[in-house]
Formats: sequence, structure tokens, C-alpha cells
Amino acid sequence: MYPVKILLVDDEIPFVKTLTKRLSRRELNIITAFSGQEALAQLKKDPDIEIIVLDIKMPGMNGLRTLEEIKRDYPLVEVIILTGHSTVDSAIRGMRLGAFDYLVKPCDIDQLISRMQEATEKKRRLDEKWPD
Amino acid sequence: MADRNSDQATSILAEPVRFPSEEEFPRRYRLLRRNMILIMVAVTILPLVMMAVINHYEYQQALRREIITPMRSLVSKTQHSFELFLTERLSAVSFIASAYSFEELSDQKTLNRIFHVMKDKFGGFVDLGLIDSFGVQKSYVGPYSLEGKTYMDHDWFREVTVRGEHISEVFMGYRKFPHFVIAIRTENQIGENWILRATIDTEKFNSLIASMGLDSSSDAFIVNHSGVFQTSSRFYGKVLERFPMPMPPINYETDVVETMDPQGHPILLAYKYFLSPSFVLMLAKPRSEVLKSWYTLKSEILIIFIVSVLLIFLVVFKITDILVKRIEISDRERLVTYHEIEHTNKLASVGRLAAGVAHEINNPMAIINEKAGLLQDLIETMPTFERKEKFLKLTESINACVDRCSTITHRLLGFARRMDVEIETIDLNEVVQEVYGFLEKEAFHRNIEVRLNLDKELPEISSDHGQLQQVFLNILNNAFSAVEDGGSIAITSRRQDPELVSVSIEDNGIGMSEETMSRIFDPFFTGRKGYGTGLGLSITYGIIKKLGGHIEVNSREGKGTTFTVFLPKSAKQEAEA
Repeated sequence: MYPVKILLVDDEIPFVKTLTKRLSRRELNIITAFSGQEALAQLKKDPDIEIIVLDIKMPGMNGLRTLEEIKRDYPLVEVIILTGHSTVDSAIRGMRLGAFDYLVKPCDIDQLISRMQEATEKKRRLDEKWPD
Repeated sequence: MADRNSDQATSILAEPVRFPSEEEFPRRYRLLRRNMILIMVAVTILPLVMMAVINHYEYQQALRREIITPMRSLVSKTQHSFELFLTERLSAVSFIASAYSFEELSDQKTLNRIFHVMKDKFGGFVDLGLIDSFGVQKSYVGPYSLEGKTYMDHDWFREVTVRGEHISEVFMGYRKFPHFVIAIRTENQIGENWILRATIDTEKFNSLIASMGLDSSSDAFIVNHSGVFQTSSRFYGKVLERFPMPMPPINYETDVVETMDPQGHPILLAYKYFLSPSFVLMLAKPRSEVLKSWYTLKSEILIIFIVSVLLIFLVVFKITDILVKRIEISDRERLVTYHEIEHTNKLASVGRLAAGVAHEINNPMAIINEKAGLLQDLIETMPTFERKEKFLKLTESINACVDRCSTITHRLLGFARRMDVEIETIDLNEVVQEVYGFLEKEAFHRNIEVRLNLDKELPEISSDHGQLQQVFLNILNNAFSAVEDGGSIAITSRRQDPELVSVSIEDNGIGMSEETMSRIFDPFFTGRKGYGTGLGLSITYGIIKKLGGHIEVNSREGKGTTFTVFLPKSAKQEAEA
């Protein structure tokens, strides 16, 4: 299993930075974005991104809209929602838009990693079925 | 001016939707009741009074006519008998006067014979005399010796000379018997004229009056035109005494007047004036006697009137009472609904606020979580760090606090989510635990022991999560305020039968009296003087009813209270109804 590239999207800079450090220490390849637009730009620039961890409540383009665009342009990229603004409504909408899972902050890092692994496995399974 | 206007506008706008306060209620309903009673009584009693008055008047008229008519006819009849009697006597005397010549009548013997025949055949004749045209008594039969007496200057003589006949008024004559006189002037072919004069006693008058057949309270008599009794009256005087009342107006038809007798009793007086002689026949009846049947009827009418008025009052009072009570109840119900809505709105806004706060707190909590996690990671990867254990303990306790905070925020979010009324499948034990979670801190601070005896086999029910939260929160709040610090509360969930589950909340607090217990579900009843809306338990009761369940309360003063909420396994139907 070659290293997986993960994009972390959240407007809370300290949260992103700390989480990046922790995940990097666990030998995960993390890149970051602080808004929806930035995330889409990163995705365009780097097509190797396989997993995106996405916040919902962000200034500018919110998480759900970002998710919609990601799924339209890069349907095989797996998205895990990680948000403090958990409502049943947003969770359902997120899942309908094709999110892999919905996690609520604050979240245990091991739980997050195991979700990421599941998402990676799923993506790679699909990649094998449709190589390019 | 503008300022004042704007002030007014502000004050009107600032005025909240005003519902009458509790104190105002009875006054308002008293006024309403008073007005209703007044109007209803007015529209029912007024026509009744009018009818009674009209009836009273009509009956009086009818009865009077009915009573007066017989009196009138009796007087007419009797008067007729009197006239007949007088005419008869007059004819008798007239016949004698014409049948015999002056010479024959001048003869004492002949006159004596005629007198005795008359006395025999007619009765009542006392004397008989012949008077010549100069007023000198020519012959006489009777108890007096009047021969040679001259009547030239007497009124009756002048009258009989002019009119040809005369009937005198009654006077006291021979042996103190009342008498009257009949005198007839006769003229022969050669122009000589003479007068035959007879005296008759009034015995016959009495028998004529007796024939009227009067009852003991009535009185009939004859007076002359100037008011002197011609016969004795039963009540008003003897013969030749003065009639003690003013004479009624002259009327040759029978008439009836109402007047007062000398004793002051109202009487009905029927009378008829004679054309000749100057007599008046009178019939007096006491009015009370005459109108006896009227008074009986009047008192009957009065009794019926009073009874119906009382009945109307009773009915009006009762109906108004029922009506006003109904209005009062529906007003109260409306008020409760209003408060319920207000309460729900308040809870909803609290819920929204809680959700906002929870969301905002989650983000910094996440950062704390990650920072602590990073710290932990760093420590773990440093093999030579001496105080590794100590630091790991610290980061762990930070993580524990983060967990606790997230539990709180999740609960707040749950609370907010459950403001909408919706039926879902719920675990009653979970609801109870959630609600207890809100009060856990208070229990801890006040050292209240709360035992949760939850049935693990309790089936899930379909009901409204948020509403049930409120129900248990209300009951638990009551339990908390009923127990002393250090008291105990037991929450027990139980499966009653396949379709019914129950949750009972038992405290060992102050308890309630029977009287209080009967009123706790009434809106605005509060056992906590000074605070509390008095709506908590009434809303609770309403919710449980709405969810198809029921609530029972058991309490003993000084011992404690147990509230038991019974809920059906499925509240769907009741909630939709």
C-alpha cells in the first residue's frame, strides 16, 4: 500500500496545524487548505489526493457546497466530514452528497485514522475496477 | 404635540399582549353574571308584570260588571214592586173617590163602611177622610177626631188641588207607626170637587224589602230626596232619621256608585229615584263582600305571579351560573394553551441558543483535543523523558475533560433538536437518564441520593422524545424542590403489560395534603408560594394525555410523593387525534 495523500480542509488554523502534525507523525501524507476554494485549487493542482477531511461551517464556500463540487469533478475522491456543527440535517445532506462518513468534533485521532483507512481501502478498491 | 403622539404610539406598541391576571378574573365574571342576570330577568319579568297588571285590571272590570248587574236588576225590580204597590193603593183610593158622590162620602156611616171594606181587602189603611175644596175635613174614619179641621194652608192640600193626587213622605203617626198619606182630588160634572185622603202604614214597605232576600251583610232601604229614612235600615239608621251619607246624584235609572259608609268601609250603593213620591230605593253592599271572589282570584294571581317570578329567578341564576362557569373554564383553557405555547416557544429559543453555544464550543474543544493529543504524541516518542508518566496523566485528564465537554454539547444539541413535536421510537430509560443528566449536578451539590432502577428489558416505545423530556424534567424538578438536602429520589421504569410502560419518580420530601393533591394538575395552582407559574404539572398532564398515557400521584404529608407516568407502547394514534 503506497502512502496515501490526504487533504485537510478547515478554517480553524490552529486545529489544522496541530492535527497535521499529529497525523504526519503517524506517517500520513497531509496537505492543508483553509477554505473551500483553496481545497478545490489544491485538488486541481494535485490529482494524487485520495482522501479529503472536510469541515462544514466555513466562511465563503461552505463544506457542503465544496463537497458537491468535489464529487462532481472528482467522484472517486473520498470525503470524510469532520465538523463541530453537527445537526442531523447537515449529516444527512452530507451523506446524500456522497461523503464517506460524518464525524463530530472533538474527535479521537484513532477513530479518525481508522475512518481514513477504511476510506482509502474503499477508494483503492474502486480504482482497481476502473483504472483511469 | 408630535412628541406626545410618538410617546403614545410607543406605549401602545410597548404594551404586551395583555391577558387578564388571576385577580381580575372573578371581577370580570361577576360583572358578566350580573349583566346577564339583569337582562334576562328584565326580559322575562317585565312582560309577566305587564300581563299580571292587565289581567288584574281586566278581571276587576269583568267581575265588577258581573256583581253590579244583579244588584242593579234587583233594585230595579224592587223599585218596580214599590211603584206597583203605590199605584195600586192610589187606584183604590181614586176608585172610591170617583165611585161615590160627595154627599155619600160626607156621610159618616157610608165612609165608615167603605173604610172597613178597604182595610179588609187591601190592608194597611189607617184612616180615611173627606175634605172639601176649601180644605175643611167633612167626614173622617180613623183613630183621630179631625172633623172640621181646615187644611187650606197645608202644602199637600195645595199640591193635590193642582195635581189631582198626592202621595206623602213617611211620617210618624198613630201609635208611633210610620205612615204615609194618599190624597185624591175628584171633580163631578158640575164642577164641584173634593179630596179623599187615606193614611196607610208602611208595613208593606218592609215586606217588599224583605222579599229582596238579602244576605246579612247587605242593606236595603228607602230614603226621601232630602235624605230622611222612609224605612228602617239595618245598619244606617231608623225610620225618619237622617241618611248618614251624602245623597247620590239624582238618577231615575238604576245606578251603582262606590262610596264609604260612616264607619269608613267601602260599599257599593245601588239606587233608583222614584218619580213620585220623592223616594229613593237604595241597596248597599260592603265592597269586600261583593268582591270576595275577586279577592280570592287576586290572591291566586298574586301567588302564581310570585311563584313564577321565583322560578324565573332560580332558572336565570342557575343558567347564568352554568354559562359563566363554562366561559370561565374555556377562558382558563385558552390561557393555559397560551402559556403552553409561550412555554414551548421559550424552550425552543433556549434550544436554539443552546445549539449555537454547543457549536461554537465544539471548535475550540477540537483544538484543545488535538493540542493535547499532539502533546501526548510528543511525550510518547521521547524515550528519555523522565516525567513521562506524570505528563501522560495530565494529557489524559485534559482528554477526559474534552470528552465531558463534548457530552454536554451533544446533550445540548439533542435538546435543541427535540423541540419539534414528532413521534419516534425511543428508549424511555435513555430519556430518563438524559433528563437526570441535567439535574445530576444539583443532586450532587445538595447531596440528594438519586437511585435509578431502570428495567433493562423495557421495550422501546413510540412517543415524542422532547415532550417526554419536558414531562420528566417537570416531575423531577418538583421532586427536587420537595426533598430536603440529603433526601432521596428513586426513579423506576417498569413494563406494566405488553402495551403499557411506566416510570415512577418517588421522593421522600414534604408530601402533600389530600386537598393539594386534588388540585396540582389545575392550571395556576402552585404549592410553591411566591414562585412558579403553576403551569408545570398542568402542562405535564396535558402532554401525557396527548401522548395517550395517564399520570397517577400518591402522596402523604411529611412522607413524600410518588408520581407515576403510564405511557402506551405506541402514542401515534392519540398524538394524531
